Amino acid sequence: MGLRSYLIRRILLVIPTLIGVTLLIFAVIQFFSPIDRASLFITDIKGTSDLDAIIAKYHLNDPVYLQYLYWLQAVLSGNLGWSYSSNMPVLKAMLKAFPTTAELVLISIPVIVLGGIKLGVASAVHRDKLIDHATRFLAIIGWSLPTFWLGLILLAVFFGGLHWFAPGRLGTTSEDFVNNPTLFTQFTGIMMIDGPLNGRPDIALEALQHLVLPTITLTIISIAMIIRVMRSSMLEALSKGYITMARAKGLTEKEVINKHAQRNALIPTITLSGLLAAGMLNGVVITETVFQYKGLGYWAAKAALAAGGTGGSDVPAVLGFALFTGILFVIANLIVDITYAYIDPRIRLE
Amino acid sequence: MGQRLREFKSGMEPTIHELRFMWSRVVENPLSILGFAILAFFVLIAVLAPMMAPPQGPDPYIIPRGSQFDEPSGISATHPFGTTEGQYDIYYGVIWGTRTAFRIGIWVVGASLIISIAIGCISGYYGGVIDELMMRFTDIILAFPGLILAMALVVALGRGLDTVLLALVLVGWPGYTRVVRAEILRVKSEDYVEAAKAVGCSDLRVIVRHILPNSIYPIVIMASLDIGAIVLSAAALSFLGIGAPEGYADWGYMISLSQTWITNLKYWHTFTIPGIFIATFVLGWNLLGDAFRDVLDPTLRRR
Repeated sequence: MGLRSYLIRRILLVIPTLIGVTLLIFAVIQFFSPIDRASLFITDIKGTSDLDAIIAKYHLNDPVYLQYLYWLQAVLSGNLGWSYSSNMPVLKAMLKAFPTTAELVLISIPVIVLGGIKLGVASAVHRDKLIDHATRFLAIIGWSLPTFWLGLILLAVFFGGLHWFAPGRLGTTSEDFVNNPTLFTQFTGIMMIDGPLNGRPDIALEALQHLVLPTITLTIISIAMIIRVMRSSMLEALSKGYITMARAKGLTEKEVINKHAQRNALIPTITLSGLLAAGMLNGVVITETVFQYKGLGYWAAKAALAAGGTGGSDVPAVLGFALFTGILFVIANLIVDITYAYIDPRIRLE
Repeated sequence: MGQRLREFKSGMEPTIHELRFMWSRVVENPLSILGFAILAFFVLIAVLAPMMAPPQGPDPYIIPRGSQFDEPSGISATHPFGTTEGQYDIYYGVIWGTRTAFRIGIWVVGASLIISIAIGCISGYYGGVIDELMMRFTDIILAFPGLILAMALVVALGRGLDTVLLALVLVGWPGYTRVVRAEILRVKSEDYVEAAKAVGCSDLRVIVRHILPNSIYPIVIMASLDIGAIVLSAAALSFLGIGAPEGYADWGYMISLSQTWITNLKYWHTFTIPGIFIATFVLGWNLLGDAFRDVLDPTLRRR
């Protein structure tokens, strides 16, 4: 089987998974009464007054399978309901917060991946030396620390104690400035790009400064996994015959490690990217909450606590967020599988 | 009776031998000894909690308050670790929080394991439509980032510690189920299983007496060592404010109380002490987990 037919098969397999993901969220919605569920269909504040009409309009007293189809239709047309806590439709609120989270994730991923690979390789090459012990220690600490506690400690030391870095996304003055459309155009919503585009590189610098602590937090938590797998696959690669061969033919140790061992050791690490994606999505909820960094995760965590909503929560917002991250995660896994098949021909030939 | 006991003993001999071997490998590693020591320390705290911090109200898990003031107070004779926001006593909270942590971990792992062994056995042994349906169902749950799905479930089921436990079980069982199923599939075609079937053993007997004893121990051990990770997830949900109720002795909740006081290092004890408890507890489990992972991996173990 060639790469193309593998790709087609793998992409087709995503469809039942996505249907399953929507079914699960729909099943969770069934915990609520028709009146509570009605708020999932409202897209403006006026709508909250005539719930009976909404219940009738969206067939909330109909059989379950019909309700699922109506709900799916609404979701596919971009209607995820009304977010009580942010006073706007759920989809709009998520799209608004998305670039903020993207900025944090885009900065963190290279640090985590490149740093993890480097440390894992160093650990394997110098097995049982000081650097190996130090790296393994770092990995097991990162594995054990609660994200939120690490974040709080960093804030206490670097904000409370040293006043080097502040929480939030920008300082108050800059925050007001970038949110004023007459002064500042948000092309992408990512401050490190928008700042220079508006002729204000200082905004980008300020954003970067606010990103330091959240990035460190996400990195320490997520890097452990990559270090561990990279170390063990590198150890395995180094014991292979082709490495002895490469050394025997007189290559320098650097070439042996970088060109022969590391490239082959990278393959198992790629499968981790899916897990890494999940870890990042879980991690941003906590990290953003700790650092008051107002992205998607912060928004969702606050929505879960919104007083006055159903059972004290902004249910449409939380469920919309879960659906969104579920879909994002399915797509991330698809990309990982395709990359893997592209790099390792054995996968697609199975 | 004596006959049956001897039979049972000789039947268990390979298992006991195997466990002895694993044990000897585990105790060779100084880090796993440290892990054991840490956990023994926490077990001691959990057992002695009523003596170390005598309950002052009807519910021992509710932390007593010094006064109704918001501001934390420092370390004093009456409050050996000081108090946190709302004047909740930190010493009392971390001691009883140890019990909360064990309760969360044991409940969630136990319930997930029972579900996953039941479903994994049926799925792996009978195969067919049931298997296909069950595996697609696990696919769906595994298609979500775990903590976010747990958060959504807690919000849907109503906040509280019990719903956090339920949500973590709902999110946790699919992973174990797939491992159990894979093990059953591996053992199912062994000769001794065929032999048991040939002499007319019932399906239940084949599964319980022949398949499970030869496949289940590594899974049970690995799952138990996940207690650390589970406590971490539960603490994260409590930190977000959707887990433990107000005043409850739970480490995650206690850290969330300290959130507003971190800017002043005068209040260092409010966030440092409960954090050290969680981190050490999880570290203990992870150190053990690391050691067992190496021992249980057949490609690494005999070297």
